[in-house]
Amino acid sequence: MAQYLALTYTADVDWWAPEQAEELAEYRRFGVEFAEQVKASAVLHPTSTATVVRVEGARGGPVVTTDGPYAETKEALTGYYLIEAEDLEEAVRVAAGIPAAWGGAVEVRPVIAAK
Amino acid sequence: MNERYDVVAETIRIEGTRILATLIRTVGNVQLAEDAVQEAALAALGAWPVTGVPPEPRAWLTVTARRKAIDIIRREQARGTKERDGADLIELTKREVETEAVVQDDLLRLIFTCCHPSLSPPTRVALALRTLCGLSPAQIAGVLLTTEVATTKRLVRARQKIAAARIPYRVPAEAELPERLPAVCAVIHSLYTAGHAPTEGEAAYDVDLCAEAIRLAELLHSLLPDQPTPTAVLALLLLTEARRPARVDDAGEVVTLDLQDRSLWDQDLIGRGVALLNDSLERSARRADAYQLQAAIAAEHARVPSYTATDWREIVRLYDLLVEVSPSPAAELARVVAIAETGEVDTALKLLDEIPTSSRKYAVRGELLARRSRYAEAADELQQALDTAPPNHPERPHRERRRNYFRDRAKT
Repeated sequence: MAQYLALTYTADVDWWAPEQAEELAEYRRFGVEFAEQVKASAVLHPTSTATVVRVEGARGGPVVTTDGPYAETKEALTGYYLIEAEDLEEAVRVAAGIPAAWGGAVEVRPVIAAK
Repeated sequence: MNERYDVVAETIRIEGTRILATLIRTVGNVQLAEDAVQEAALAALGAWPVTGVPPEPRAWLTVTARRKAIDIIRREQARGTKERDGADLIELTKREVETEAVVQDDLLRLIFTCCHPSLSPPTRVALALRTLCGLSPAQIAGVLLTTEVATTKRLVRARQKIAAARIPYRVPAEAELPERLPAVCAVIHSLYTAGHAPTEGEAAYDVDLCAEAIRLAELLHSLLPDQPTPTAVLALLLLTEARRPARVDDAGEVVTLDLQDRSLWDQDLIGRGVALLNDSLERSARRADAYQLQAAIAAEHARVPSYTATDWREIVRLYDLLVEVSPSPAAELARVVAIAETGEVDTALKLLDEIPTSSRKYAVRGELLARRSRYAEAADELQQALDTAPPNHPERPHRERRRNYFRDRAKT
């Protein structure tokens, strides 16, 4: 078995806003349907709440924080699922069930197995 | 000696693909299997030109490649880089060669892995040339018009992705084939097109890509004889290949279809191509696909004795269907040419306006304007065609002649 992180890229929405309720319910249905393969998941607050952290120079250098990610984008990272699957084809099958796959895109990345 | 060496090298290259296909399954790692087959090939290249080719070259290479794989695995284990459960080591000490059925299955696995939809199209082509055709990164770079370094990097990344993301080494289920075959067929078709584009002598590489593409098309068809799409791809390639002896004249210049000496067309290839096309059409329930339609167009040209005897209405009908199922500027241009050949030159000229500009479009417009005796404009269009094409374009001398001819006519 291998693990894949499925990153959802969608419109940069506030998931708890009332107009998102219907879509959120779709995500919950996905979670129930693929409960066996989904090992962890998270939804993120909109990118407007993000803080970018950089350490200047080397370790121990001054910490510089900036507001927001980079620029306004149409699609932002809005959540993730940790999927356990036999191979890439099974992972893709699961990822294709995430509503983000048709509203936006899902990036599937293999997770390096712990030694 | 040199010729003998070439024969040996060719045997090794063809056999190498079969051995690689099985070895990847056994050791579960593309890179390791490739290294082992490479080392076995080097051993054979060192020995065979001196000792002669052994009575069973396949068995010799198979057993040698397995031994090399064991060596590599042991070296890895000694360095402590990889842990293995030893099952594949036992498998590798076998003496017997796999049965044909097993090898065929492994070859299909290899084809579908190289052409997996999760890999980018150029990566699929590079992998196919490396693992299925046994070409070197330098040769592949020539085909893909890039550098050897870039090709090597692309191949390394592809193998890393196959391993890390676990792209399965598996033949898709029957129900998945319609979804998975187009990527495989596109790789084979693009190889043939790449080989077909340059004229003899001008090719930047020493590989007969057309022959490689046909070899792969034959292989895919023999492995999946009931599938209409691979059958149609093979038909299309054979029907196109049949015209090859007439495509270039003694001076190495491209001869356009209207001027080709049809007695040079290979009737055996045409016969096989037509039979395969019919077989493919009988097996498909859906409407004709792009390969079937292109093969049907080539077959229609092959059926008649001369350019003037061409049934242009039938050709237009086939292009109408082709543009519908698989629209492309090339297909639309060819359709316009066919429409002009039915006598509808003005209609054709009007249709040209809707097609994106290209060097070929200028050349076509020039020829059509000349039919309306608008020679000055025709010469200008040919000049534009020359200006917008790369300097080594195979039709450059032909277009220069046509431009000069139109200029002369414009003066009188």
